[in-house]
Amino acid sequence: AGGGAGLSPERRAALGASLPLVQRDYRFERVWFWGCIQGVRGAYYIAQGLGPDRAAPRSRLYSLNCLDWSLLTPATKEMLALAEQVKGRFQGDPSFEYNLAEINAEAAARLIEGGKEPVIKEEARLIATIEQIDRAVGIVPRGAFVKTPLGSVHENRHFEGLSLVEAKKLSSYFHFTEPVNLKNKTLLEKADLDPSTDFLDSLEHDIPRGSWSIQLEKGGSVVVLRSLLWLGLTFYHVPRTKQFGYVYFGTGEKNLDLPFML
Amino acid sequence: ERGHGPYQPHEPGYGLDQPGYSPYEDQIPDPQARMLAIKNAKAYLLKTSTRSGLNLYDHFANVLTKILDEQPTNTVDIIEDISKDVKWAQFRKKMDTLRDEHLILPTFEAAEKCKALFVKEGGEEEREEVEEEMGQPSLPNVMETAFYFEQAGIGLSKDESYYILLSLKNLINVQPIQTCRFWGKILGLEMNYIIAEVQLREGAEEEETGEEGEETTAEGEKEMGEAEEEDEEKEKEAGPPKSTYKPPPEIPKEANGTGTNKYVYFVCNEPGKPWVKLPPVTPAQIVCARKIKKFFTGRLDAPIVSFPPFPGNEANYLRAQIARISAGTHVSPTGFYQFANEDEEEEEEGGDTYEENPEFEPPPVAEMVESLTTWAHHVKSILKQGRCVWINPSQKSEENEEEEDEEEEDKEEEGEEQQEERGPPLLTLISEDEGMKDIPAWTAQASTNLIPQYSVAILQSNRWPGAYAFASGRKFENIYFGWGHKYSPESHTPALPLPVQAEFPSGPGITETVDPTVEEEMAFKAAQEEALAEAEEEEGEDDEGEDD
Repeated sequence: AGGGAGLSPERRAALGASLPLVQRDYRFERVWFWGCIQGVRGAYYIAQGLGPDRAAPRSRLYSLNCLDWSLLTPATKEMLALAEQVKGRFQGDPSFEYNLAEINAEAAARLIEGGKEPVIKEEARLIATIEQIDRAVGIVPRGAFVKTPLGSVHENRHFEGLSLVEAKKLSSYFHFTEPVNLKNKTLLEKADLDPSTDFLDSLEHDIPRGSWSIQLEKGGSVVVLRSLLWLGLTFYHVPRTKQFGYVYFGTGEKNLDLPFML
Repeated sequence: ERGHGPYQPHEPGYGLDQPGYSPYEDQIPDPQARMLAIKNAKAYLLKTSTRSGLNLYDHFANVLTKILDEQPTNTVDIIEDISKDVKWAQFRKKMDTLRDEHLILPTFEAAEKCKALFVKEGGEEEREEVEEEMGQPSLPNVMETAFYFEQAGIGLSKDESYYILLSLKNLINVQPIQTCRFWGKILGLEMNYIIAEVQLREGAEEEETGEEGEETTAEGEKEMGEAEEEDEEKEKEAGPPKSTYKPPPEIPKEANGTGTNKYVYFVCNEPGKPWVKLPPVTPAQIVCARKIKKFFTGRLDAPIVSFPPFPGNEANYLRAQIARISAGTHVSPTGFYQFANEDEEEEEEGGDTYEENPEFEPPPVAEMVESLTTWAHHVKSILKQGRCVWINPSQKSEENEEEEDEEEEDKEEEGEEQQEERGPPLLTLISEDEGMKDIPAWTAQASTNLIPQYSVAILQSNRWPGAYAFASGRKFENIYFGWGHKYSPESHTPALPLPVQAEFPSGPGITETVDPTVEEEMAFKAAQEEALAEAEEEEGEDDEGEDD
């Protein structure tokens, strides 16, 4: 809430009513509100649902009014590649089609060869953007999730929160995606890691350096991390408690000017 | 496991080790053997570990105690973690007291500051006097504004809004303020800024301009001194060639109380911290701020490292961005403000003053949402020059020195045209704001479709993401929450560095020419001798001397 974006009471009430229904209909174990992507003419509200394994691909739903939710198909690599080409704001209309020929002639040509029209629908772009955001900046505190020897990932019921000192350090937070850099660490560093909790990439090595802003609000009672790469992603954690979470309120565009702005 | 071995026939209990004859079934336990077994087992458990000084018996006791106290679900799954935690707990105790003392400081300090906000100022007599003299300075009703914005889903938490309200009250008590408004919040890397837009009372402003006037005259004297030195250099011919670069004349900033400096801004990092006044903004800063895009760190004295180099530190950059945002996004319902003197509207000078229109009738909310003609800017837009009112820089320099006049006039004749810039006049409708590519400059929405009679019209700016305005009947307000940057559909391309300047103007004095060859030299020498011979012959005719 410190970022200035939030939900109106009407929307909050609607969410409270509709999310449990979603949970019932889709048989999720947990459903939560992921965030809101603001388009020019309207906004998309996104929710995520999970089954028992926390690391499985998540199912995402979107809604235009917080009441009726529609399931989004999981993202494919083509969608991701295409969506990166599209720049500019979201329109707010899921069936809006971006004309690829203007944007990238090659991709359009490929699509035409494949027999499809050279357009990309806003829905696909939405899916791809959410996936990108989650992969790039979806973070959790260290120790919140444990990996069992069988490979599945659970919440650590014994997680009691980070201490204030730890909460200020970037290395106490992990990306909640497949680790990329983990194997590149030196043996010395690996010796300190605990394989059950340290199986994810930490934030320290994010490129470019300084793409996260850590702030303590209310004199240290809440730690807020804001991503500068995807402006609008806010992660909060109350130290010494189990509460944490992240939410995205923004326009759904990557901040490509980041290196100039630091 | 039975501690006693097979029984010999002569011992009591022979045959009891066969199933069916074991002591359990007879319910006559063999106390001694059993006790021995138990003692052995316990002694084993009590064996102290050589490494950690714990023993298994105590550890198990602690673990079981913890489990029975807390009774977590599915204990068997997390038994190892519990065991580990109990071991760690042994070590924590020793350091606990120290750590607690450290941790107290930051959290509690902030809490104390917030609490100080709540304390009423002592000396109610002073307050009454102040109010009688000056009339009540208006404290903005931040909570009311926050309520309206909350309907749109924008704003800070109620606690934070209340803290801001209290710290604004403090600000009003400390500074001589006429009107005050919560402008918004700009996020930064390490800390955020809370910004208040303020109009100081007239007496206070004059003092400041007095100081600044002195500063400018001092600078003017300096310039005179330097010009005299330059004149002396011109007379010397043997000095290094004088640089022909004249920096473009500095555009003077607008006076306090007009144009971009119409309001004074105070910032603080968090409610409860002291308010800091931001310096007035100069056009050069605005021009430069348009070219760079940097995050704010949260410290006002941080330097801005950028190209083109920004003249100032973070406080100046913040002020420049605030000025740009205000000029770009502060809107009000059309007709709410009108020009003071509609007859004498001059585009250059007038149009800066507006007053509330007493006959304003607010259009219904639906209309405000549908068409953008119902909203108008009430802050003058900033020209390319960096000011709201265009000024011809060459005119200004005439006042300083007379010697440069001729050069300036020459330049004007040569055609360095400085065209007068005109921006859109003051109360333009926002429907005339250009969009970028396909995106309109503003997005209008009603806060709720379900309850039309209480809904509020909300405007979001697409050019400055984070700027919002709401209107409901006669009430309206603008606010900004964001990082402080303009939206551009293309990526930010920094200005390229200027081409390398030539050191010396090229001329025959320093250009290399090919050395003359031997034949050329001989020819030249022959030609010279001929010329000499001719000259001497002429002399010889007059003087009858001997020459070759």
